[in-house]
Amino acid sequence: MRLAKDSSTLSVCSPPPQGAPQGGREQTEFAATPSPEAANDTSWSFRTAFTDRIGGAAEYIIIPALALAAALIAFGIFVALFGKNPLDLYFYMYQGAFGTAFSWQNTLTRAAPLILTALCTALPAQLGLVIIGGEGALLMGALAATSTALALAGAPPTVVQIAMVLAGMIAGGIWIALSGGLQHYRGVNETISSLLLVYIALAVLNQLVEGPMRDPASLNKPSTHEIGAANMIGAIPGTDVHWGLAFGVIAAALTYILIFHTTFGFAARIAGGNVRAAKVVGLGVGRLILVTCFLAGAAAGLAGMVEVAAVQGRTNANLAAGYGFTGILVAFLARHNPLAVIPVAILLGGINASGGLLQRRLGLPDASVLVLQGMIFIAVLASETLYGRFRIFRQGS
Amino acid sequence: MADASIGWWVVPVAVMGGALRVSTPFLFVSLGECITERSGRINLGLEGNLVMGAMCAYGTSYLTGSPWLGVLAAGFAGALLGLVHASICGLPKVNDIAVGIALMLFGTGLAFFLGKPLIEPSAPILPAIDFGWWSSIPQVHAALKINVLFLIGVALAPLLVWALATTRWGLILRTAGESADAARAMGYSVDAIRMRATMLGGFLAGIGGSFLSLYYPGSWNEGLSSGQGITAVALVIFARWNPMLCFFASLLFGGAAALGPALQSVGVSQGYYLFNAAPYILTLLIMIITCSPKRTLVGAPAELSITK
Repeated sequence: MRLAKDSSTLSVCSPPPQGAPQGGREQTEFAATPSPEAANDTSWSFRTAFTDRIGGAAEYIIIPALALAAALIAFGIFVALFGKNPLDLYFYMYQGAFGTAFSWQNTLTRAAPLILTALCTALPAQLGLVIIGGEGALLMGALAATSTALALAGAPPTVVQIAMVLAGMIAGGIWIALSGGLQHYRGVNETISSLLLVYIALAVLNQLVEGPMRDPASLNKPSTHEIGAANMIGAIPGTDVHWGLAFGVIAAALTYILIFHTTFGFAARIAGGNVRAAKVVGLGVGRLILVTCFLAGAAAGLAGMVEVAAVQGRTNANLAAGYGFTGILVAFLARHNPLAVIPVAILLGGINASGGLLQRRLGLPDASVLVLQGMIFIAVLASETLYGRFRIFRQGS
Repeated sequence: MADASIGWWVVPVAVMGGALRVSTPFLFVSLGECITERSGRINLGLEGNLVMGAMCAYGTSYLTGSPWLGVLAAGFAGALLGLVHASICGLPKVNDIAVGIALMLFGTGLAFFLGKPLIEPSAPILPAIDFGWWSSIPQVHAALKINVLFLIGVALAPLLVWALATTRWGLILRTAGESADAARAMGYSVDAIRMRATMLGGFLAGIGGSFLSLYYPGSWNEGLSSGQGITAVALVIFARWNPMLCFFASLLFGGAAALGPALQSVGVSQGYYLFNAAPYILTLLIMIITCSPKRTLVGAPAELSITK
C-alpha cells in the first residue's frame, strides 16, 4: 500500500520544471528497474540532470503542446464519426472559449476554481503523492463557508467574507490532510482514499442540504438558505470576472514561492524524490505530508468558498460540477508546476466554457467536453514517454 | 411500510438480499482487477469500464432485444478500454496509476456522450432465477431472486483461484507480477502478459457494468455508478489479491450498499444519504485497519506499483 517515493512508479509525478533536481529521481529509477530499456536510457537521463535550462524548459512546453494538439485532432475525428464537421467544431470551440468578451469572461470565471483545485493535486505531487480528491475538499469548503455565513448573519460583510474564506480553507484542508495522514501513518493508498472521501463529502452535503440545512423555499432543487447579496464577493473592478480569479492567481503564485523558494518546499521536493534520503537528513516527512496536504485541500476548499460566494450564493448539488476532477487534469497538464497551472486552467476553463456553444450549434451532448478532457489526459500521459527522446532539446549541453 | 408479520426482520433480510443483488458489480470488477494486479499492474480506471459497460449493455440490449448480447458488448467495451490502458502503460516511463485516473474520466465521459439517447427508452433486462419459491414471505421471496450473472461470478471466483495456482497461464501471469525480470528471462514478454491481463480484467469489469444497467437498478442514467468501480479496486487490496476473498468482500460491500434502501423500506428515512455512503466509509475503515506503513502486505504482487 505504501506508495514508493523512491522507485520508478511515480516518475510521472512532480517532475520539477527546472530540470536540475530531476537527476536524483532518474537515478533511483534505474536501481528499481534494471531493464534493458532503462540501461539504454542512462546516457540521456544523466544528461537531463545537467542539461541546458532553456532546452529543458522548451521540452516541457512543446511536448504537452503536442499532446494537446493530438487530443484535439483525435476529438475532431471523433465528432466527424457523428457527422459533424471538425472545422466547425474547432471554430465554435474557439468562439465559445476566447472568441468574444463574454466568452472570455465565461472562461475566466471557470478558470478560477480550476486553478485552485489543480493546486490540490499539484502540491501533494511535489511529495510524490497522487491526490485526486479535490472535488471532495471543494464540497466541504463550500459547505463550511455557507454554514459560517449563515451563522454570522447580520455581521459586517467583510467579517463574514473573511470568516468564509478561513472556514472553507480549513474544512478543505482537513479533508485532504486526512488522506495524507492516512497514507503516512497507516499506509492507506492516498489516491483511493481521497477519491472515496469525494463520495463521502457528497453524501454529507446531500444529507445536510436535504435535511437540517434545507431552505424550505427550495422546492425543485434542495438548497441551503442564501448567504445574502451583501456577503457575495463581487467582480474585479473594470471586469465581469469575480474575485475568485484573483484568489486563484495569488494562491498559485504563493504555492510557487513555497515550493521553489523556501526551505519547506525544498524539503518537500527532497522527500518527494527520495523518502529515505529525506529521513536520513532528518526531515520530518510526516509533518511535510500533513502540512502540504492541508495547504492543497485549503486551495480546493477556497474554490468551494468562491463558488458559493461568487456564483451560487448558497450550497446545493450544483457545486459538484466536476471542477475537482478537471483540476486533476490541469495539474497533470501543467506538470504540477503551480505557475503553469494558471494558463492551463484558463485553457481548460475555455474548453469547459465552449461546451454550451457546442451543444447549441452542433447538437453535441454536454458530455462531449468530458470526452475531450479524457482524450487530453490520455495524450498528456502517453507523451511522458517522449521526454528525453529529442536531441534537439539538449543541443545546448 | 413495514410488513407487520416480520417487522424489523425486514432490514436484515433486505440487507442479505441486497448483498446477493448489489454485490455482483463489486464481484466482477474486483475479480477483473485481481487478475490485472496479479500481473503486476494496477488499473484504477475500472470505474470507467463499469460505466462504459453499463451503457454498451443497455444500448445493445435495446437495439437487438437480447440482454445477453448486451452483456457481451459490455465485456468487449471493457476489454477495449483495458487495451488502451495496457498500450499506454506499456510505453516507457508512463505511470499506471495516472493512466487509470485518465481512463476513469475518459470512460465515464464517453459513456455519458454515447448514452445520451438511452436515458429515455427501456431495454429488455436480464432474467433472474427464483430461489425463494419455498417461502411465503414476499420479502424473502424478493431477496432470493438471484440473477444468473451473480451465479457466474460465484463460479468464476474458485475457478480463478484454481487457474492462478495450477495452470500454466496462471503461473506465467504470477511470474510477471512477482518478478518481471524472471518472466523476461523465461522468454515471455511482460508487456504482452500484462496487456492480456488488463484486457481480461477490463472485460470482467464491463460485465459488472452490464449488471447495473440490465438488472439492478436496471436502467441507464448518468448517476448509475458513483464510485463502485473504485471501491472494488480498494476491495482487492482488502481481499489480499485472492479471488475467493474478493467474493466474500463483495458480499460484505453489497450488504453495506443495501443498508440505505433497506432502512428506507421500513420507514427510516433519516440519514438516507449517509447510509448510502456506507460502502465508501466501510472501504476507508477497512483500509485503515488492514493497511500498515511498516510492512508489505501479505499476498501483494511484488511488481505492483502501489505496494512496492
